[in-house]
Amino acid sequence: MSEAGYTNLRRVLENGHFSFTAEIGPPMSGSAENVREKARKLKGYADAANITDNQTAIVRMSSIAAGYIASCEGVEPVIQMTCRDRNRIALQSDLLGAYSLGLRNVLILSGDHQSFGNHQASKNVYDVDSVQFLDGARRMAREGVFMGGSKLKDPVDFFLGTTANPFADPEELQLIRLEKKIRAGAKFVQTQGIYDVEKFRRWMKLVRERGIHERAYIIAGVVVNKTQKSIEMTAVVPGMDIPEHIIGRMRAAEKKDEEGVNIALDLIGEIRTIEGIAGVHVMAIGWESIVATIAERAGMLPRPVFERPCAFRGE
Amino acid sequence: MIVAEQKKMDEILRSIRGYRSVAVVACGTCVAVSMSGGEKEALKIASIIRHRAKLDGLDTRVTVTSAIRQCDMEFLDELDDAPGMVDSDCVLSLGCGAGVQFMVEKYPYKVVVPGLNTTFLGVNRAPGYWTEMCQGCGNCVLERTGGICPVSRCCKSHFNGPCGGSSGGKCEIDPDIGCAWQMIYDRLKRIGQEDRLLDINEARDWRTSRDGGPRGHIRADIVVAEDTQRE
Ligand code: SF4
Ligand code: SF4
Repeated sequence: MSEAGYTNLRRVLENGHFSFTAEIGPPMSGSAENVREKARKLKGYADAANITDNQTAIVRMSSIAAGYIASCEGVEPVIQMTCRDRNRIALQSDLLGAYSLGLRNVLILSGDHQSFGNHQASKNVYDVDSVQFLDGARRMAREGVFMGGSKLKDPVDFFLGTTANPFADPEELQLIRLEKKIRAGAKFVQTQGIYDVEKFRRWMKLVRERGIHERAYIIAGVVVNKTQKSIEMTAVVPGMDIPEHIIGRMRAAEKKDEEGVNIALDLIGEIRTIEGIAGVHVMAIGWESIVATIAERAGMLPRPVFERPCAFRGE
Repeated sequence: MIVAEQKKMDEILRSIRGYRSVAVVACGTCVAVSMSGGEKEALKIASIIRHRAKLDGLDTRVTVTSAIRQCDMEFLDELDDAPGMVDSDCVLSLGCGAGVQFMVEKYPYKVVVPGLNTTFLGVNRAPGYWTEMCQGCGNCVLERTGGICPVSRCCKSHFNGPCGGSSGGKCEIDPDIGCAWQMIYDRLKRIGQEDRLLDINEARDWRTSRDGGPRGHIRADIVVAEDTQRE
């Protein structure tokens, strides 16, 4: 692989460090300052930060624009790209755009159906699914060709990732699909937020039996909830599975925010010990300031730094 | 079959307002079976139009006719003899979208309005219950997916397995919709073709679908050259 695809996240993982990543939800506005502010809270605490792509089908600043702003602040972005809103022409064009701005971590996913968001009347594109788009992105980087067959004028490179939901059905087919995503080009996999560690442990056993963890880095998602309402809202997200004892813990707690952090730390502690896990991905949307505390209390600091974001280097 | 739903009466009344002679034309094929545009429905709609005209003090003439199939010119030509048809200034077609448009070609100087919303290609599961099965994508993959269509029945038209929202056999967007990929999985296992699940289905060529522009077929063995002029 050319140097171009060597992101900090990739180096952290390849050097055998347990990765620690976070998330930035772009604003429902064009405020660069909003993104900068969130990025500043993560700088030095996370190896990279996912920039969500119109999550839950709610219109927000584009993940590439927000990712560039984050990289200017010294936070390496992981650009999320869903297959919901763009056909293959727009997806590949945006990949080139991301590359030109020095954004090389790309996380490819299906995307939440638009019926969850605030533009339910919109068209549902799905020209390609996430396996097909991963394959296209890999071929752009490896073979220098577009999905339509013509050649790229100059090489590009990406560190490609995808998502997995250990709690979705049918279990076996979800694993088969994950393997297809890896065959298609995914090098790292971020899971849905984990609350049910026992179930996750069983899933990881299946992942190891299939040797999936040897073909891609498996990064476990952990959600940090600040309030009772936030955990209850998370519980109704499709594919989320929160055991009653965790909801109960939150309910019984006097200081919800503290308990939310404690729950996340306990989950990280347990998940770390599972064989085949390469890192954790902390999702504290709207509560970016807590990431530093979690990194510290989970013993994740200091973070190793291999690469600085391109934009930050002034390239 | 093509499944359709009757438009709301208010909308129908709005679209025929102002015409003095309305010909309501039923279609005897798909939409008659899906109980939206057959003769029975046409008679009912006509009587509502008449009733409404009376309330409004209008003497709108309303006639009812039926074509065996509105998508076939041979049957539309028979309409010329139907009472009220030639004199009408507005045709309310109860055909599917194709029928309405063929009626336009048949009567180029008349106003033709739709009485139905054409919804999908589907099946009748129970009395009064129809569901979508096909989007006419022009490149059928059913032999690969155990006979269950991922284009029309998966809410994201996925070709390589279920999204992360599939849960307990249901689709993430609506618990009343079965997850197509759960069905494909169950079915391929049942018929001993689970190996197909491992194949990576490449990005599709959507040219055969609506994306390639309006489609047409020419059967060389049947066609008479001068008949192939399309509107
Ligand atoms: S694959 Fe295409 S032609 Fe076949 S059932 Fe589905 S939509 Fe119809
Ligand atoms: S839940 Fe199943 S049917 Fe619904 S979008 Fe996902 S894969 Fe398709």
